[in-house]
Amino acid sequence: MEVDLLRFATAGSVDDGKSTLIGRLLFDSKSLFSDQLESVERVSRERGHEYTDLSLLTDGLRAEREQGITIDVAYRYFSTPRRKFIIADTPGHIQYTRNMVTGASTADVALVLVDARKGMTEQSRRHAFIATLLGVPHMVVCVNKMDLVDWSEEVFEGIRREFTEFASRLRLRDLTFIPLSALSGDNVVTRSTNMPWFDGAPLLSHLERLHVASDRNLVDVRFPVQYVVRPQSHEQRDYRGYAGTIASGVLKPGDRIRALPAGLETEIASVETAGGPVSEAYPPMAVTITLKDEIDISRGDMLCRPNNVPLVMQDIDAQVCWMDESAPLTTEKTYAIKHTTRWARAVVKQIDYRIDINTLHRVEGVHGLALNEIGRIHLRSTKPLFVDPYLANRQTGAFILVDESTNRTVAAGMIVRESAG
Amino acid sequence: MKGHVISQLSALEAESIHIFREVAAEMERPCLLFSGGKDSIVMLHVARKAFAPSPIPFPVMHVDTGLNFAEVIAYRDRWAAQLGLRLVVASVQDAIERGVVKEEPNGSRNRIQTPVLLEAAAREKFDALFGGGRRDEEKARAKERVFSFRDEFGQWDPKNQRPEIWSLYNGRVFSGESIRVFPLSNWTELDIWSYIDAKNIEIPSLYLAAQREVVERDGMLYAVNQFVSLKAGETSRKMSVRYRTMGDANLTAAVESYADTVAKVVEEIAAARMTERGATRGDDKVSEAAMEDRKREGYF
Repeated sequence: MEVDLLRFATAGSVDDGKSTLIGRLLFDSKSLFSDQLESVERVSRERGHEYTDLSLLTDGLRAEREQGITIDVAYRYFSTPRRKFIIADTPGHIQYTRNMVTGASTADVALVLVDARKGMTEQSRRHAFIATLLGVPHMVVCVNKMDLVDWSEEVFEGIRREFTEFASRLRLRDLTFIPLSALSGDNVVTRSTNMPWFDGAPLLSHLERLHVASDRNLVDVRFPVQYVVRPQSHEQRDYRGYAGTIASGVLKPGDRIRALPAGLETEIASVETAGGPVSEAYPPMAVTITLKDEIDISRGDMLCRPNNVPLVMQDIDAQVCWMDESAPLTTEKTYAIKHTTRWARAVVKQIDYRIDINTLHRVEGVHGLALNEIGRIHLRSTKPLFVDPYLANRQTGAFILVDESTNRTVAAGMIVRESAG
Repeated sequence: MKGHVISQLSALEAESIHIFREVAAEMERPCLLFSGGKDSIVMLHVARKAFAPSPIPFPVMHVDTGLNFAEVIAYRDRWAAQLGLRLVVASVQDAIERGVVKEEPNGSRNRIQTPVLLEAAAREKFDALFGGGRRDEEKARAKERVFSFRDEFGQWDPKNQRPEIWSLYNGRVFSGESIRVFPLSNWTELDIWSYIDAKNIEIPSLYLAAQREVVERDGMLYAVNQFVSLKAGETSRKMSVRYRTMGDANLTAAVESYADTVAKVVEEIAAARMTERGATRGDDKVSEAAMEDRKREGYF
């Protein structure tokens, strides 16, 4: 069987035992190297810790080590014979919503850690909300430190009930609970003998078996043209290929396609990949498409099926997470917007409300969004964008805003359906 | 699981191709750093696929420390010529002679590569440099973006990185600023070797085990060559060794190995218990934050 790829995001503070859990996954899957472990053991000793501080593995920057905090998203890798895993590891403090959004944006699974002694906290609610906002298809609630509550089924069930009640207000497709102890390894890689009442799989088996292929949108053909390949050689003078990464849908030679914004239609002549021509292609493959007829197509255009096209619009409603500390989001300011492979400029016309990420309440009458704040806005772009609601399509439903005076990426945006079309 | 799922290596390759195309489409003057080391070999291979049947639409550059293995330099020249690419060589030796940089007492030219790289990039007006860095290599790298913004002095500010959400990369820079791009960010050492194996990519033979004359220093094995000669009291012996990285020939250690084919290297890496830098790079052992400090100064 071929090894596939699964990306998951974790969020939480050192207190939740998140670093210990990641350390355990890396160690038990033999992805931790002896020199890494030695270095962590040495530094732990130098600092007078009685135990090996596994958070030192993930805290890579000088300031982080000095201040004992995690500043940024760290990426970790491990693999088993079934899967390669990419962990986007983000700190859990309130001021780091930005990092959680970043980590969740590409994740197939979100791991939310809950300390069995403390139960649900504002932080776990926040993680669950952000994962849902970013459309992460699967969530695993790891009820950690079960060893400190005498492996109590009652405690676990209590947390499960409370979390499920909260989750009913979110649009979660798949929610799993696992009682574990990262420190002792119970239910992380091997099944716990301390909790015979739990009949689910340990965390790693769950992650190995999770079915993620059906999470991809294979229905709506969306191919944002990224690069036009035109060899300037004599033999291939007439070759014109449209290179890009398939956002969604399945493309085959012979399929009728429509090119936006021109609206012209033709047929796919061939689909080429790095390994040669293929009979079909689907996300996340990077391919080059040639067409039967020569039509004028350039970067930023979108290929789709004639009977299934994205919304073509300049007036867009979206949820945005503001990511810039230097200035808040303000109305009537023009930003650069990047959506798939298309750049335009956009003015924020209105801020409908801000979402209090702890209570999920809408706060109306706000005039700006500060760093780490999430809100619903309406914007107008200088040219039409070819969009789908983020809930239906994580590729064509997403955009970033860039401040043209600093070139910084200032917002992550998710398009919502009820657009003023 | 059948149908509509691609293997993890194909997924990594697709992600890298996407990054190459994004940079070629949006940046004015990109350039690929090509040393003849395994990561840059894979990078070049993937870049070629990204633009096929067109040639790679940017030049390649090598910061030549003057201490490189001859076979690696020959590999570099041969591949650049074969793909019809312009090769820019920034010479550290030349920079020392011009007085731009000074030789360090420990003989490492790792740190003094940086000004030479920055000088050449400025002269060529490159606004995007592809590097073969991977996040599994080192703790500071684990937190670096795929599109890593550098100011006009080539400096990296880890606390002031642009958020990178979905695959919507932001390569916008003002004049004089640049980005370093790491298309292989999410590959591990094992992925690199599995890919070389799967695609049957030619590599310098130093990567494969052979009987070589070695001397042991500080617990590491150095091959005796034109840059490494025996000091008083040292003895050398013949051992089957290979290289996991291709740094400067005077400071890159070999590891004991019997993996004389790429497939055997893959097996060995899968079972390895040391990171490649920890095992073979004298220049990374300087301090806990050695890599972070060099990156801040503009190193890769």
